[in-house]
Amino acid sequence: MSTSDQQAAPSRLAVPELLIGIGLLACAGAVAWQTLAIPVSPLYSKVGPTVFPYITMTGMIVLSLLLIVAALRGGWQPEEEKETPTDWKAMGIVVAGLVANLVLIQPLGFTAASVVMFVLVCYGFGSKRTLRDAVLGLILALAAYFGFARALGVNIGAGFLENQLNTVIDALITMLRG
Amino acid sequence: METLGHLAHGFSVAFTPVNLLWCLLGTTLGTAIGVLPGLGPALTIALLLPITYQVAPEASFILFAGIYYGAMYGGSTTSILLNTPGESATIVTALEGNRMARSGRGGAALATSAIGSFVAGTIGTMGVAFLAPVVVKFALAFGPAEYFSLMVLAFITVSAVLGSSSVRGLTSLFAGFVIGMIGVDLQTGQPRFTFGMTELLDGVDVIIAAVGLFAVGETLYMASRRYAGKDEIVPLKGSLYMTAAEWGRSWKPWLRGAAIGFPIGAMPAGGAEIPTFLSYAIEKKLSKHKEEFGTVGAIEGVAGPEAANNASAAGVLVPMLTLGLPTSATAAIMLSAFQSYGINPGPLLLTTQGDLVWGLIASLFIANVILVILNLPLIGLWVRLLKIPAPQLYAGILVFATVGTYGISQSPIDLVILYLLGAAGFLMRRFDFPTAPVIIGMILGPLAETQFRRAMTISNGDWSVFYTHKLSLTLLTLAFIGLAGPHIWAFIEHRRRRGPEHVPGDA
Repeated sequence: MSTSDQQAAPSRLAVPELLIGIGLLACAGAVAWQTLAIPVSPLYSKVGPTVFPYITMTGMIVLSLLLIVAALRGGWQPEEEKETPTDWKAMGIVVAGLVANLVLIQPLGFTAASVVMFVLVCYGFGSKRTLRDAVLGLILALAAYFGFARALGVNIGAGFLENQLNTVIDALITMLRG
Repeated sequence: METLGHLAHGFSVAFTPVNLLWCLLGTTLGTAIGVLPGLGPALTIALLLPITYQVAPEASFILFAGIYYGAMYGGSTTSILLNTPGESATIVTALEGNRMARSGRGGAALATSAIGSFVAGTIGTMGVAFLAPVVVKFALAFGPAEYFSLMVLAFITVSAVLGSSSVRGLTSLFAGFVIGMIGVDLQTGQPRFTFGMTELLDGVDVIIAAVGLFAVGETLYMASRRYAGKDEIVPLKGSLYMTAAEWGRSWKPWLRGAAIGFPIGAMPAGGAEIPTFLSYAIEKKLSKHKEEFGTVGAIEGVAGPEAANNASAAGVLVPMLTLGLPTSATAAIMLSAFQSYGINPGPLLLTTQGDLVWGLIASLFIANVILVILNLPLIGLWVRLLKIPAPQLYAGILVFATVGTYGISQSPIDLVILYLLGAAGFLMRRFDFPTAPVIIGMILGPLAETQFRRAMTISNGDWSVFYTHKLSLTLLTLAFIGLAGPHIWAFIEHRRRRGPEHVPGDA
């Protein structure tokens, strides 16, 4: 509610905030491009499917211009955020974990991909006990797969590991019944 | 006294063993995710949305409501012992609560917040039961133009009036509109914003949006801020039983907090920030122990805001159930759960889905009782949960994020969208954009568009429906005041004072 943005801020250009404003303007451009691509049937010419997109686009342009003005006046980042340097290395490793998950989930299945992601994310956050993390990740992923996914009836990609375990479980169930 | 009859019926729905189990499960899970930093009720309910394909609506809403209430109780534990408010509504609790914990009165702080939550939650739930039928009578007179104007008012208050900046709040809201418009337009069947990709024809699932913004974005943010230093858990000291003096100092703030929180929550504006800050300010002014505020921690400063927070959380359910108008991210996701059952919340919900609504309200009373038991005698359990180390916690959150997202259609494209939204969530967190308006805009935007087009079709394309209908005009005027008022006021103040003003306050 306070308007501390403008108060006591040295009128210096704030580059990250400026980039956000420009990025948003680009998004508004993309909205305009996609709105023009919507075919309008004359039947719905009064309030067709493009009216709301145009309103949204106008709003986004106005807002991004206001953000750019704020950036030119020194930006709005909270002091606390400015003072803390970003830990790019940690973030990079976490992102690597996410990408690994994305790449591995189809060929290897959910569990294996999750273990790789789990280990990388833990490492990114500063955990040094990789082997223990791998075991933890495996337990959690299996629990998520068999508990969460099976209980909710959600189908998540099964790989080699899940198929083996499914076979074992099904065999056990038949044995117990048998 | 029709309401009492409905409530009695509601209790007969909620008191079945199965529904009691759902309530217990929801409250336990809710407390757990409320305690854990980085997890919130919106994210949890989003991850559990697939359950709507498996069980009856009563069961899933009892579960969701338990999570919703439980997260409030759990969140205050974290604020008091760790001083990291999980959400903006518990910032105030951390102010005094953490100081109390540091000066060895953590037990009393936890007790007054749990009992205060119980008192205010019960009052608030009663408010829902009695106010909802009244609002319904009023809302039956609403046409599409009034609905649209009401939604505009809600958009403005949720994004522009609450939060630190109206420009950034509205930016989040408009981003939500764009995400919500992706997919096939339901009225004409035209694809919109799909960039020619067939995967986008069904639109972006609310699960992906919530998980991306709240789970992936939060994880990236926490990873980037490892240099920021850590908050220490204050070991729990002091008896959990409040002394007579502490009871004496707590009960009035509880009632005042409930009286402030419920009406503000029940307005189409929503939000727990204003009532909690308001309650804090009032308690500070009325307290006979002003010297304890900001030093050793004053119990009134915990009791009042906690009560206000829970009462406003109950209040939010009024516009949600009677108008289909969610004013928080959690309520928006609950609305999408209704949609998943093919139910449209609105004035007719109370009559067409009486079992569901009254069962839900009755289960909220039960949830409050369960929660006060879970959070006082069993507090030691939750404190242990706080000790889960950050690396494994966030890695685990990402595993569950994958389950929730990949489970929708086993498509890696969904994971790509998830990560893109996660990157956006990180930037928003880093540069102080609120995330809740994105979810609200995404869910409520398409509904507003439907009402807008309906109103324009009825009026035969005449825009004047929005300002010739008295009620609609009033709502739009209120929205305009909400948007422009603070700026005009600030401008006048600025002209009057001339020069930089010192903002007092110890927050």
